[in-house]
Amino acid sequence: MSQALVEVKNLKKHFEIGNGVTLKAVDGVTFTINRGETLGLVGESGCGKSTLGRTMIRLYENTDGEVLFKSKNAHRLKGKDAEQFHRDVQMIFQDPQASLNPRMTVMDIIAEGLDIHGLSRGARADRVKELLELVGLSKEHANRFPHEFSGGQRQRIGIARALAVEPEFIIADEPISALDVSIQAQVVNLLEDLQQDRGLTYLFIAHDLSMVKHISTRIGVMYLGKMVEMANSFELYAKPLHPYTQALLSSIPIPDPTIKRERIILQGDLPSPANAPSGCVFRTRCPKAMEQCAAQVPEWQEAAPNHWVACHLYQ
Amino acid sequence: MADHLLQVENLRVHFKTYGGEVQAVRGVTFHVDRGETLAVVGESGCGKSVTAQAIMGLIPNPPGRIVDGQIRFDRKVITGMSKKELLSVRGAEIGMVFQDPMTALNPTMKVGAQIVEGFVRTHQVSKEEARKKAMEMLRLVGIPDPEKRVDQYPHEFSGGMRQRVVIAIALANNPKLVIADEPTTALDVTIQAQILDLLRELQEQQQLSIVMITHDLGVVAEIAHRAVVMYAGIVVETGKVEDIFANPKHPYTWGLMRSLPRIDGVEKERLVPIEGTPPDLFHPPKGCPFAPRCQFAMEICEQQMPDASTFTEGHQAACWLHDPRAPKLEELVAAGRQT
Repeated sequence: MSQALVEVKNLKKHFEIGNGVTLKAVDGVTFTINRGETLGLVGESGCGKSTLGRTMIRLYENTDGEVLFKSKNAHRLKGKDAEQFHRDVQMIFQDPQASLNPRMTVMDIIAEGLDIHGLSRGARADRVKELLELVGLSKEHANRFPHEFSGGQRQRIGIARALAVEPEFIIADEPISALDVSIQAQVVNLLEDLQQDRGLTYLFIAHDLSMVKHISTRIGVMYLGKMVEMANSFELYAKPLHPYTQALLSSIPIPDPTIKRERIILQGDLPSPANAPSGCVFRTRCPKAMEQCAAQVPEWQEAAPNHWVACHLYQ
Repeated sequence: MADHLLQVENLRVHFKTYGGEVQAVRGVTFHVDRGETLAVVGESGCGKSVTAQAIMGLIPNPPGRIVDGQIRFDRKVITGMSKKELLSVRGAEIGMVFQDPMTALNPTMKVGAQIVEGFVRTHQVSKEEARKKAMEMLRLVGIPDPEKRVDQYPHEFSGGMRQRVVIAIALANNPKLVIADEPTTALDVTIQAQILDLLRELQEQQQLSIVMITHDLGVVAEIAHRAVVMYAGIVVETGKVEDIFANPKHPYTWGLMRSLPRIDGVEKERLVPIEGTPPDLFHPPKGCPFAPRCQFAMEICEQQMPDASTFTEGHQAACWLHDPRAPKLEELVAAGRQT
């Protein structure tokens, strides 16, 4: 059994949105991420996948539950330990335009982490040039500004910045959604190569299910703040258990006109996470909902070896 | 000459910017027949949206202008029409569905009034009739409870429901053609599936023609009969969807297909990206614009634009590889280039 790097236990992140209303963006999520693997996280907008990533890296404080990074509670770390945590865990953002400061040179953007952690003494410029080459840019790019680059190149700069402090764990929040198809493949290949060479562990958050399947070892599916299913990526696509996962998979348009599938069209829209349904949160749109689903929250349980699901159909 | 509903011929659109003139569309030709869905597919900046805007007469002038070419719709030449003449076509015979349903709707206007705005202008109808028409349209696009919904504002609708409203607006005047510019890109996959289903149903019911602008090959395969693949302002390949997917003929189309992961694959395969980036359209290359990224580029490719070669009926690609004088593909592969 591989070694757990990150353990998330019953993690909750609630936001008070006024008038005494609580938005339960992440509501009791439990899973582990093993060293060297890529955990994919999928779900539709508003399901809490980005909030989960941001809470794990401590951009948000948690409401309840815990995140153990190398067996230490990430939200309790102080001083030197907290500093080390912020080095070990890095983030790559969705929009490479918005996540790079337009008034800083690429050199300063990439070296910012080095400066903060006091790693830049002496070899700062050399280190940045080395990183630029690592992500497929050239060292001449160091003195330019973000607007001089294309979207794919900007995302490479974001990756170089994350790598600068030699992290072990990278949370990539929709890193390729803003890129064109032919450029997406370039960035995904780069992420895979870096993982191989440096033994990185990834949490890959995305809504493009085919790309998530391609890059992930295991995949978690979220709906309205809850994890509804988690399994090895091939298993999840071959034998989805949760009705939501089944519908999600059947909605992906497949780039092959000869494949005709039975599509499960979900009725209605995602309910507001500020006013989630009782019992199972998916029951209002579930084609297989039963009486029990309104009354009881389904338990998160292992339905098959390493295949976790929260659904009354399997209890 | 075949009687196509829409015929775009050698369309060229340029935009003046402070950095020079961008040649966004550089000689695009295609047609749409009655009752068919044509997908125009390509990546950002390939000119697909500008082409759609040109058909709708929505190119802002200045900075943009149609430099050359002609667009015919239902036997009328619509390029060069006056604003007044255009009104009888745009929004009446051609409807438009935009990408972002939030910005396409007026937030201060009830959805019912927005849906029939164009209808009221072209038909002399009473308030009562207009309201009835609005409810009928809401029902048509599958919005439950139209009596209540007709008097609500856009913010009271979810993203998917808003896109249904936008579709209702496009259809209110019973158009012959609908141009949909990335209509599902801003939506989640389960909602996208609902909207694609709706478009397909409406097309059959109303004998509509649809031009679907998209970057998603999955959407093309799901909904289109024929497709036009664009790159750097030109059409590189066109044909029936089955032909393009089963037997793509342009190296750019090959590249696009190989850079997609297969959802039904059982083994992990490495993706094959297209290296490099599209050319700068301020100074477009004189030869094939894909040549700098192409595995098979020959000397001629950088010198001269290739003519379109025809394969099966209606399946064409503009690539020098299909010139009778070009070396056989097998020889190039044997010489170490990958397909």
